[in-house]
Amino acid sequence: MNILVCVKQVPDMEGHFISNSSGSWFDEAGLAWRMNEYDTFAVEEAIRLKEQLGGEARVTVLSVGPARVVETIRKALSTGCDDGVHIVDPEAPERDPWQIASTIAGFAVGRGFDLIFTGMQSEDRSSAQVGVLVAERLGIASVTGITAFEWQDGSMTVERELDGGRRCRLRLKAPALMTCQLGLNSPRYPTLPNIMKSKRAMLTVLSPESVGLESPKVSSGNFRPHEPNGAGVIFEGDAGAMAAQVLEILEAKGLVSGKGGAR
Amino acid sequence: MKLLLVGEALDGRVTAETAELFGFAACFSAEVSMVLAGSTDDLPSFDGKLYRADGGNEFDATFHKRLVLAAVERERPDAVVFLHSSHGWELAPRVAFAMQSAQVSGVVGLEDGGYVVESCNGKMLRTVRPQTERAVFTIQPGAFDAPAMAGIPEVTALDVEPDSTIEFLDCVQPERGIDLTRAGVIVSAGRGVGSAEQVGLVEALASALGGEVGASRPVVDAGWLERARQVGSSGQNVSPALYVACGISGAIQHLAGMKGSGFVLAVNADRTAPITSVADVLAVADVAEFLPALTAAIRARQ
Repeated sequence: MNILVCVKQVPDMEGHFISNSSGSWFDEAGLAWRMNEYDTFAVEEAIRLKEQLGGEARVTVLSVGPARVVETIRKALSTGCDDGVHIVDPEAPERDPWQIASTIAGFAVGRGFDLIFTGMQSEDRSSAQVGVLVAERLGIASVTGITAFEWQDGSMTVERELDGGRRCRLRLKAPALMTCQLGLNSPRYPTLPNIMKSKRAMLTVLSPESVGLESPKVSSGNFRPHEPNGAGVIFEGDAGAMAAQVLEILEAKGLVSGKGGAR
Repeated sequence: MKLLLVGEALDGRVTAETAELFGFAACFSAEVSMVLAGSTDDLPSFDGKLYRADGGNEFDATFHKRLVLAAVERERPDAVVFLHSSHGWELAPRVAFAMQSAQVSGVVGLEDGGYVVESCNGKMLRTVRPQTERAVFTIQPGAFDAPAMAGIPEVTALDVEPDSTIEFLDCVQPERGIDLTRAGVIVSAGRGVGSAEQVGLVEALASALGGEVGASRPVVDAGWLERARQVGSSGQNVSPALYVACGISGAIQHLAGMKGSGFVLAVNADRTAPITSVADVLAVADVAEFLPALTAAIRARQ
């Protein structure tokens, strides 16, 4: 069993985002970087499957991006992935899903991956396209937003999340690509020996041009914060003082009944 | 402008969000036709062509891709428009790839001929422009007002092959042990409450206010509260008189589920979190400090 996991490095979403000079995307200065949360579930599921299958399985983790993404590849190796692939592309943060998919599929084609796991979407661009586009390029089946995965006797049973909390269960055979929804599993922490090993691990380093890179299908601009809501009242400072002010407003609006439930 | 809309059916009914596709189309005074995903005998009310096909399972993505492409072949639309929903994210990239077209995901507005989408977990916006002649869009539920629907569609049956690559087993209904839809007051816990233990602070405030406890997705995924308490597009849609969002950043899926609330109090340490855009009052504070203070203040009046 040959498994591929695709991961993206994104900024911590608590960070302060400001536009770059052209307005096409954010300025990277001052941001802290980590693995896209959706992808952490993809990595964990790949490792679990490898452990279930024992010695016959191998997990390759791939990331497309500038030099900084090596840290995220090593993070995946430290939790149990076997091989790391870095497609060095300083332009990757601003490439559109079509381009990123062309590069990933260009790498994967002919390498015999039985299963590919990706996150359902990235937290920064949130397009939810790359995984499905990769599968379509490779001509393999794909299921989006899985919340459960089980491998048995050569086929997989997956649960896919639908709107309103409904889920449907599907069964399919490899080769296939799964995009992983939040809550699919509980991602593990790396172990110390694996952290040491991952630091020394040799990565396969490739250029996007050597595997495939198509032209963009969209352009992006006017990156900006959400318009602030003018109607809102904002309180800051001492918690006790704020609580009194907030309670006054709630009472004026008739939102506090005066008889709460049991303590 | 000619648009092919992809409507949705759930449990045998056309969904309410399907009407929002017409709201998007109205922005362009577009000529519209529709394909319906999912199985139903219920038809959307509009004057135009509606393409249907029999035989495919509701969750057969390849069957639906073929259905949409067959309608594209007939209609030759300038764009195909999906909802940014589980159907949309499953189908739109398949259709975009087959059409070799640009896809713009999660459109929330229009600007100078471009399409506004959210970025960075809903904190930021950007404007995306397709560079291809035809395009595929997914529109964010709740972003475009649904017009009043009227008319009778002209139904055209298409012959589309089902696909057996993916076998459908069954559908699991959500746990619905707790009905939040009728609650007058809901106090919801988000990731910002910090830990399972701190959820107790949210419960204490809910109790003081005589309300129910709700949760955002990460809290449910982490097992801090039961899934039946999840508010949002993958949980329950609520409309209390008072909604208190504690440590909830406000992902669009969460906002979609609580936008019917009468009054929103947000407690969040990050004043740029998207929840602040819907808050009537924002307390910029650590949940662990502010909640006990508010609970005590309310109790002191009782």
